[in-house]
Amino acid sequence: MAHAEAHHDDHHHPGFFTRWFCSTNHKDIGTLYLWVAMFAAIVGGLMSWYIRAELAEPGLQLISNDAEGKQFYNVLVTGHGFIMVFFVVMPAMIGGFGNWFVPLMIGAPDMAFPRMNNISFWLLAAGFALLLTAAFIDGGPGTGWTVYPPLSSIDFHPGRAVDFGILSLHVAGASSILGAINFIVTIFNMRAPGMTIHRMPLFVWAILVTAFLLLLALPVLAGGLTMLLTDRNFGTAFFNPAEGGDPVLWQHLFWFFGHPEVYIIIIPAFGIISQIVSTFSKKPVFGYLGMAYAMAAIGVVGFVVWAHHMYTIGFNVDTRAYFTAATMVIAVPTGVKIFSWLATMWGGSIKFEVPMMYALAFIFLFVVGGVTGVTLANASADLVFHDTYYVVAHFHYVMGLAAILAMFAGWYYWIGKMTGRRYPEGLARVQFWFFVIGVNVLFFPQHFSGLAGMPRRIPDYPDAYAPFNYISSVGALITAIGTLLFFVVLWRTYTSSEKVEANQWGEGATTLEWTVASPAPWHTHEELPDMTGKAPAE
Amino acid sequence: MLKRLFTLVPAAVAAMFSGAGAALAEGVVAKSTPWQMWLQEPMSPSAEMVHDLNVLLMWIEVAIVIFVLAIMAYVMVRFSEKNNPTPSKTTHHTGLEVAWTAIPILILVAIAIPSLKTLYFADHTPDADMTLKVKGNQWYWSYGYPDHGDFEFDSVYVPEEELKPGQPRLLTVDTPVVLPVDTNIRLLLTSNDVIHNWAIPSLAVKLDTTPGRTNETWTRINKPGDYYGMCSELCGVNHGFMPIHIKAVSKEEFAKWVVGAKEEYASNDTDKQPVRLAKAQVR
Repeated sequence: MAHAEAHHDDHHHPGFFTRWFCSTNHKDIGTLYLWVAMFAAIVGGLMSWYIRAELAEPGLQLISNDAEGKQFYNVLVTGHGFIMVFFVVMPAMIGGFGNWFVPLMIGAPDMAFPRMNNISFWLLAAGFALLLTAAFIDGGPGTGWTVYPPLSSIDFHPGRAVDFGILSLHVAGASSILGAINFIVTIFNMRAPGMTIHRMPLFVWAILVTAFLLLLALPVLAGGLTMLLTDRNFGTAFFNPAEGGDPVLWQHLFWFFGHPEVYIIIIPAFGIISQIVSTFSKKPVFGYLGMAYAMAAIGVVGFVVWAHHMYTIGFNVDTRAYFTAATMVIAVPTGVKIFSWLATMWGGSIKFEVPMMYALAFIFLFVVGGVTGVTLANASADLVFHDTYYVVAHFHYVMGLAAILAMFAGWYYWIGKMTGRRYPEGLARVQFWFFVIGVNVLFFPQHFSGLAGMPRRIPDYPDAYAPFNYISSVGALITAIGTLLFFVVLWRTYTSSEKVEANQWGEGATTLEWTVASPAPWHTHEELPDMTGKAPAE
Repeated sequence: MLKRLFTLVPAAVAAMFSGAGAALAEGVVAKSTPWQMWLQEPMSPSAEMVHDLNVLLMWIEVAIVIFVLAIMAYVMVRFSEKNNPTPSKTTHHTGLEVAWTAIPILILVAIAIPSLKTLYFADHTPDADMTLKVKGNQWYWSYGYPDHGDFEFDSVYVPEEELKPGQPRLLTVDTPVVLPVDTNIRLLLTSNDVIHNWAIPSLAVKLDTTPGRTNETWTRINKPGDYYGMCSELCGVNHGFMPIHIKAVSKEEFAKWVVGAKEEYASNDTDKQPVRLAKAQVR
């Protein structure tokens, strides 16, 4: 975060309110996003730890054995999902790291629309407040993050909880759409002279692809949400079969957004990992064009596979065959990326700094999560996996492990640039091991629970599922310690007196953010750097 | 808690890779056993194909994970800063890039062939010998026998306090659905309120029950016994408390049961929905 001492211009020194509530500075707005993401991570994490505490043993221990208790459990499941996706990963990677480093990496002084950038942030904050409100009124939305009608319709969720949830998503969606526009315009128009589109860093490519996904997918969610809102409150019957509607229509609309959404979650992570692997191997990324266009391919194909989330709704077999084949296609560009990272490291001179440790963990654990995705892609296999803990294990490996590990990797990689301070090395390594071991103990056994047939979204389970649930809950405890340790690392970093240099990482750090001071001055690239004739900045 | 774990371990080690559990006098018991790490024993033709597909998938996926892990381990040692102080500048290798695009495509095709075969087999209803109607409700199942006199009955969860010894917790219902073995059964599924999902892992049956829509699939139960499943679509507060219990019996026993059932359930009109304990809870 740019400190007071980084201000070099005294004549427009904003006061606290102006600086933090009316910001037009991409670094400050990035900082705000990161703080919201960290706060939301605690809230979403507490929900998940409550769930794991309940599931540690058969029977109901924490929630009461009545409608109120069980509704509360379903609200926790719903809240945990929404918060982690919309208010942790997206704000951290796109709003946080995207805002901080896209302008720095392309040699731009700020984003194309600095004021719209600010409104994106405050819309997000408002969306989060609305979601928390939803959880606390009229019993909360106990629908899962997927919000399927009729369960989410007015007959089965009377009261205002689902409506507040809908409003929260409308607002957060607007925040992201405006942000996407900002990133696309910035990246297309404000690259420094000589930085052609095929010379910009892969993290910038990742944000560009993600921005297009957001732009095209979120309006469909907004449409579906509006239809649900009018069904609930204004007498329409889009999803009500008794009046000519169809609950399945919601599922198509939701998942048409929902599948690109998971690529929105992971593609920025791919960008961060490319930067870190290159830096700590002291080698440019292998196959730059393949990497950039693999992300684009994943994005495009990601728009035509949505119904693999709907294999058991009863749609026709030929269509299921198509979605099986199309979903498996995505494994090819994803494999290109994994192998390219390995080829980047091959022949390199690898330094195992903490960001690199996280990146290596990402690569391996993303492959584990990815292969279970190949299983789930098959509609016939899905007959035994849909709505079981196998699915929960899969998406937590790719989102809860891989994406979160990439976020930690990015934090450790860039915190010196953002604050000018060094993180405590020993404690950071301890934090790494607690967290990585914790999440594996947490989620790996869930594959077995799912294979054995344990359904999702249940507060109690038949006794046979007890052993792996107990182990999983122990993993949640270890993860909680790892999370706590992260906040200790954060505090120790902020209060550290050890300063870092402009280029903390040496010859492997070749992107433009390492050419400015640490912490980055409040205004950077006021004179555009000349990138003509320079090699691709990877 | 730990004590319970330790008594389960010896039995578990033996049962770890099986699914059906100890066969009772009347037949198989198809539900999960403690420490189970693999699918439940397949007890229908569809389930056998799904099971075999999953074995293929697992071997391919384990091989891929080990392959990547091996390369990573080698790279981390061979190309550490200490062992390789001067990094190379290689950023391209056309042959490698073609290989790691083409080989995954071949692997995916190898998966797709048995996968699609299984999909079409499990979906398509060959000549059905009988039909079972399944209706999802909050929070119990109703079953109808249109080919056997069109009687219907509800199958309601039995809470823990009312279980008899030997009855599994969260899987016991007051009236199991009785079906004959070695019979092609057409399944017609719908719902009276929200979306539920009727699922029996050992038969590889899983299909949403959606209001306003009738979904169709089929099954064929190989052996007599007790087959368990659970609702598999979030449907409200008691989503975890509406199990499925199929009692599969020989064709002769089924015929006898039908005679008695016709009389017992003739006056039932499940659409009138008598008040049940489960339904008395709002939401």
